[in-house]
Amino acid sequence: MVSGFPWRRTSCPERSCSEVRRPGHRSPTAAAEAGPPVECRSVVSDGGALRAVDEGVTRRLKALACTAPLHDLDARKTRLDWVDATRYQMAEIALQAIDQVTLAMDFDHGADQAQVVKRLRPFVAAQVPRAPAGEHERVAQWVIENLINVGSLDRGFQVDYGTFTEDGHYVRRRFDFKLLVEVAAPDGEVYLRASDEAINVLVGALDTDVESAQVAAEVKLENLIARGRLGDARLAAEQARYRTVQYAEALRQKLDATRRDVRSVDWLAAVPELLDEALTHIESRYRAETAILANIADARDEATEPGRRRQAAELVDVVGDCIQRHTQLQARLQEAGATFRAEQDRQQFSGRPKRAAIDVFGQLLRPCLALDTATATGPTAAFFGAGAGVRVPSVPSLTGLVETLLTPPVERDPLGEPVVEPDLAPVTVERFGADLWKQSAGLLDPEGRARRLSELLAEAREIDPELPTLVALRVVHAVGSSVGTARNQGDPTLLLAIDDGTVLRDPEFGGSDLLVTTAGVLAELGVEEVA
Amino acid sequence: MTREIQPQDVESAARLVAHGMRPKALPSRDAGYAELVRRYRDDDGFADTVQRVAAGLGLVVLAVGPQSGIVLAAVEESVFEIRMDEYARRTVLQNRQTDKMLHGLAHLAAAALAFPRPDDLGDDSYVGRVSVDQVDGAVREACRALEERTAGEADPLSDAPQLEAAWRAWLRRPEATATKDGRAGEATTRGIVGKALRFLADQGFLVAVGAEGGVYRTTPRYQVQVRELAAQRAFDELLQLGALPVATAGGALRAPNAQGLEAPDV
Repeated sequence: MVSGFPWRRTSCPERSCSEVRRPGHRSPTAAAEAGPPVECRSVVSDGGALRAVDEGVTRRLKALACTAPLHDLDARKTRLDWVDATRYQMAEIALQAIDQVTLAMDFDHGADQAQVVKRLRPFVAAQVPRAPAGEHERVAQWVIENLINVGSLDRGFQVDYGTFTEDGHYVRRRFDFKLLVEVAAPDGEVYLRASDEAINVLVGALDTDVESAQVAAEVKLENLIARGRLGDARLAAEQARYRTVQYAEALRQKLDATRRDVRSVDWLAAVPELLDEALTHIESRYRAETAILANIADARDEATEPGRRRQAAELVDVVGDCIQRHTQLQARLQEAGATFRAEQDRQQFSGRPKRAAIDVFGQLLRPCLALDTATATGPTAAFFGAGAGVRVPSVPSLTGLVETLLTPPVERDPLGEPVVEPDLAPVTVERFGADLWKQSAGLLDPEGRARRLSELLAEAREIDPELPTLVALRVVHAVGSSVGTARNQGDPTLLLAIDDGTVLRDPEFGGSDLLVTTAGVLAELGVEEVA
Repeated sequence: MTREIQPQDVESAARLVAHGMRPKALPSRDAGYAELVRRYRDDDGFADTVQRVAAGLGLVVLAVGPQSGIVLAAVEESVFEIRMDEYARRTVLQNRQTDKMLHGLAHLAAAALAFPRPDDLGDDSYVGRVSVDQVDGAVREACRALEERTAGEADPLSDAPQLEAAWRAWLRRPEATATKDGRAGEATTRGIVGKALRFLADQGFLVAVGAEGGVYRTTPRYQVQVRELAAQRAFDELLQLGALPVATAGGALRAPNAQGLEAPDV
């Protein structure tokens, strides 16, 4: 299971680094927080020993919370009424789902939900091979929907946890997180992406420095290959791929914002530096991975044992995929440069400022986003009220009024919709009419005597040629009648037929010559009374 | 120089005001309208009459120009005023305040993306372009920047949702949800932004560009409306709250981490 992973990362260098930085880093934001008069409880003056302990706990609580939806799947599966879900390991399927989504994420969009379900199906099917394919698909669908948390408005998860304020008060806070996120692609389709939390749950890399973690993973990979442990190497290669995806995702976000507006980006230093860094990174990764690829390809070709050969072949695929992702990233970086220049040209010739105006983004939107919900309602409503323009109250004009009055009302039949002539299917004719049933009832109510079936049949034959068949059927049905059923139905009497071994001699029927009698049913005691 | 106001002048003035109430009417398409606009600009007496007619109706004349035509705004409590309560009517009661705030933010963000720099807002010849994608993306980016800046800051208190920061509310809302009929979910941020842009287009502030829809260009009316009134009102509100940062000439809409995103100095 995955729950072991997050702990390991709490002690990584990046983590402790950010903690060291935090006190100095905090003070301006804490001051900004103190600006609006409402926020007063969370103002922090200085960090203390209690707080340091507290943060460690908080971090672990959050890491723990990310795994909760997975456990929850298994806890709730028994409540599904459309499947015997105890046979499925839902947490396992969920991890596979996050895996599939993460792998399918690329630059433009995420994973198509139908595709993910399709890829999940073999894993689900492996757990319960005998179940129908439709059920496998539905289970996969259910798991994905639960990872998105489809029922909730925010489509995410929340968990409450407690912390101590500086003055030692215990307060409850809310941690919001998501596992699978639905995003809209440029073509309007909705795709799935794995959230950072999900990738962290999966890989166990909580807030690690993407780059260094990747380097570490690759060193490990090379070592493993050198020692010939290909199974582990495959695992490490996959981890490296997750980090590649994570890194690409971080860069994508930055490039997106860059393309949107480059006006105030520092063109002289910051952006070229950023691009250079990314390109250098890709170059080194590309070189490393090409080398690894060559090594494993050798290992694959030289391996004689089929199992190892297959492992090596799979590893080649994984590393090949890593390389492909880097190439993709590089293409994006080159494109970004061109976008920058085009934007730069456009901006440069836009002319001198004409008058002083408000910076809507920096002076209005961003401060509003930093306010709390209740306070932000004021300025946003003010902007809306003044920026929405004029509403013209609708007054019917004379022509409009005349038209309205002259429009014939919609025809509405007081009797409602015409009744559709139903298609009648032919009714199967009852074999025995009501008369026959009545006559058979008369015969089978022997007034307290036990009678032979042969006698009854003879009598019946005299009354009606069809009657013996009905009588025979009813008698056969009476063999082994249940008293309980009769009592439940509230029948006053019960027809009984008992086989005493006598053979029936009859031109039409064969079998035992049953003894037939009726018994009264006593409601309370359940004792039958055989006359 | 004062001059007697003739009754027919009042009629003309009222007609000009009436033109302003048709969001899509433009002087360039209507010779009569263009003539009234020209007269407003040349004749102070007529301009005064127009303003008085508007004032009597509960309107303010923001600008009169050959491109924008007459741009009107409703004063508070006027019959012409559009209230947020009416606009964001179809929301669940429980989230009403958050939803209203998100709708307001969407309008603010639409204006911010339409006029990214102060210069763009000031330049009469500037035509901005906005799309749902762009607006939601920029707000999310800004939210992420705030999230980064407040990294390590405590999560919101669970028993006081109204104290939650606005950016958290936006980030938490999904950007899109898959619905059965293939339309964007209304409660998503893209749904909210989409509604804002469609509304602005209906009000004659934006014009849809391109065949596939979703991309709009701004009209001079919108620029005037934002510059002369809306931005000022929101600015005043924020000033009262003491939440205003110092402006820079370049505008503050930046790429993430490119040494922008400095803390707004209070």
